[in-house]
Amino acid sequence: MELGLEVDDSRSPYTVLAVKGEVDVYTAPRLREKLVELASQGRNQIIVDLEGVEFLDSTGLGVLVGGLKRLRSNDGDLGLVCTQARILKVFEITGLTKVFTISGSVDEATAS
Amino acid sequence: MIVALELAVPASPEYIAIVRLVVSSLASGRRNLADQRIDDLKLAVSEACTNAIEAHGRRGTDEPVTVRVLEADERMEVEIVDHGGGFDPDRLPLHPPVTDPSRLDFERGLGIPLIRTLVDLARFERLADGTKVRMVVFGGPADDAGDQTSEIIRAVLADGE
Repeated sequence: MELGLEVDDSRSPYTVLAVKGEVDVYTAPRLREKLVELASQGRNQIIVDLEGVEFLDSTGLGVLVGGLKRLRSNDGDLGLVCTQARILKVFEITGLTKVFTISGSVDEATAS
Repeated sequence: MIVALELAVPASPEYIAIVRLVVSSLASGRRNLADQRIDDLKLAVSEACTNAIEAHGRRGTDEPVTVRVLEADERMEVEIVDHGGGFDPDRLPLHPPVTDPSRLDFERGLGIPLIRTLVDLARFERLADGTKVRMVVFGGPADDAGDQTSEIIRAVLADGE
């Protein structure tokens, strides 16, 4: 099972990371590594696009929380793009909709 | 209760996707459940398997994790049995509220609350050397159960014969 991770640099100052596939305990370490790599390159405004994600469990949530913490401690932020009800539900149940800014599209997330 | 399926799964992260696929295929093929309920069960199963596999890793055991699907007229149950040493589900650390900045210090510990929220009934039983998680979703058999059993399930069942 492959996790797709595509970086789009064309929306400065934002870096958009499009995630595709299933995010679980097997694939989440790759997402974590990518977020750490982007942050270490000084990109501190990251939008994670979850529209291509078919499944996300608490391991994936944990990696996103870790990424958010890393970026905020660096005066940055990590925003999400998600409109899929089944993925949004995981954020809602855990209360994390109050922690993350969740937008309906990449355009919306990078508009400000 | 009839055992519909029993799998011995190697305690390694790459197998969790297969468990999700098998359980959700069985649920959608054999039970009268809305797609959303199947997604809920799939997520709960993933959380329970993740905990089981991580517990095996911490304990350094190479025993498999057992996944069992049981059916009755009005419900389907999934049991995940591990040999990871066990834990007390009532003594899990509590997270700070999401409005507290220190909430971001906690990347883990959401699995069990999620399981409890997602399925109709969740039980955590301590065993001598591990934990049995029982997850129940209520809903009768599909009208055409059997015909709808997917190719994947047929292949898995055939393999066990």
